[in-house]
Amino acid sequence: MRAGVMLPVGAGDLWSRMFNFENYGELLGLVQNSILAGAVLGIVGGLIGVFVMQRDMAFAVHGISELSFAGAAAALLFGVNVVAGSLVGALIAAIVIGLLGARARDRNSIIGVLMPFGLGLGILFLALYPGRSANKFGLLTGQIISVDDPQLTWLSAISLAVLVGLLLIWRPLSFDSLDADVAAARGVPTRFVSLTFMVLLGLIVAVSVQIIGALLVLALVVTPAAAALRLSASPIVVPVLAMVFGFVSAVGGILLAIGGSLPISPYITTISFLIYLVARLVGLRAKPRAGLR
Amino acid sequence: MTGVVPPAGHRHPSNPILSLTDAALGFGDRVLWNDLTLDVCAGEFLAVLGPNGSGKTSLLKTILGQQPLDAGTIRFDGHPVRRGDRRIGYIPQQKLIPGGTPMRGRDLVALGVNGHRFGLPVSRGAEKRQVDALLASVGASHYADEPVGNLSGGEQQRLRVGQALAGDPRMLLCDEPLLSLDLQHQRGVSELIDRRRREHGTPVVFVTHDVNPVLGMVDRILYLAGGQFREGTPDEVLTSDVLTELYGTPVDVLRTGGRVVVVGIPDSETHHHGHTEVGA
Repeated sequence: MRAGVMLPVGAGDLWSRMFNFENYGELLGLVQNSILAGAVLGIVGGLIGVFVMQRDMAFAVHGISELSFAGAAAALLFGVNVVAGSLVGALIAAIVIGLLGARARDRNSIIGVLMPFGLGLGILFLALYPGRSANKFGLLTGQIISVDDPQLTWLSAISLAVLVGLLLIWRPLSFDSLDADVAAARGVPTRFVSLTFMVLLGLIVAVSVQIIGALLVLALVVTPAAAALRLSASPIVVPVLAMVFGFVSAVGGILLAIGGSLPISPYITTISFLIYLVARLVGLRAKPRAGLR
Repeated sequence: MTGVVPPAGHRHPSNPILSLTDAALGFGDRVLWNDLTLDVCAGEFLAVLGPNGSGKTSLLKTILGQQPLDAGTIRFDGHPVRRGDRRIGYIPQQKLIPGGTPMRGRDLVALGVNGHRFGLPVSRGAEKRQVDALLASVGASHYADEPVGNLSGGEQQRLRVGQALAGDPRMLLCDEPLLSLDLQHQRGVSELIDRRRREHGTPVVFVTHDVNPVLGMVDRILYLAGGQFREGTPDEVLTSDVLTELYGTPVDVLRTGGRVVVVGIPDSETHHHGHTEVGA
């Protein structure tokens, strides 16, 4: 599937390693499950990102993804299901952060403590792992092409479950994200809602780690929503745009990457970054923010 | 409301909506208040005053069912208070909603109508009409579709009043709702709260640093300070003698042009509103 040439190359070769559309149709058939998994992840990642932004949790996303990486690395070392390991790590991190970090300041210090520990553990497990090095780096920088079909189905199913869960808690979660005190006074079970949100976030981060890699999860869980928020403040337009941006980044990245010999992650991160840049520029022109008092 | 309510109602013969009996609360050695017996009846406007750390916020949390008492009882509408009781309309301190929050004015009000409900976020027609009526009742219809983050503090606070009025509350609980608003918006927001009281008989418990914006509306004052409290009409409580006794240090209460100015409160909120003497 890949050229695998690792020699110093000229500009023409460089281009063909980055973008190569020979036998594209054939390749497309081989990776259609990856595309599907990427599409669902892009959509759900964009949607949950709207709440990640409102709840000021970008750093938490990064912390969860490092613990998820540690779980996946442990699974690799002990020869068990890597997706399961990734899920366990992410859920433990998400729940710990959710239980101990109700306030932003507490949360950030807990994440700051957890994250290097998780990353360190992951590196230890990978160093002990005797297998192929491609698997090792895949966890940090993305490996969707090497995920097998049954696992891809699992990833898509988990993303869909997160989507449903998110829609079901949408209103109480919006209330809690805007003003937790008032929400509690008005009958929102705020602890339950925040913890459920953390579990959903843990699930989607674990899926992202498999597809885009632990270091780059933010490109699908934060960037699309951040771009959408530059363009609108409507409670309908923002989630829709975030989903579209996430979808375009994930699917576009995979489609561009499959012909070349490079990992998919740089394509996804670049597309999502470019979308953000354009959104910022358009947002500047369109919105002379009146009355920010 | 029903059942035998023992001597609790001695001050007000009618059925109290909020009723504290011999209530006490403290943290460690520090007593916030002790033997607090208080009834709030329909149509009453109770202002809760006192310096920072005097237990105003804790009293609010107790009423909201989030802070259990050390002793005594607190009942709302005849039953022990509970967490998340939607019959209490809660108006919080004015915290400015950041720009870019994906929510319009009407969405903020709608949270009061259905923000507690799980399930797909689809509003029913009846709920939309209810939100429109609430927006109109707080004079916020013309900015209902603006992003909340673009609105001024006063406009946001009107929306919060609308949110609190959703579900026809039996009582309004206000936590410094006028803080950091300009005079015009202070008047506007406090009049909205007072109008609800006059038209529906909804009692108001109003926690504040500065009694002046609501002085004309207040029936009774609960003044908390130094582990003690005084309760009565503004004329009874806001006097030099009462506050001197409460604070244990000479305090002067001056009345000028319909305003009450309190001078000499030990380490009071000197930085608030830029005066040492802001009324209470």
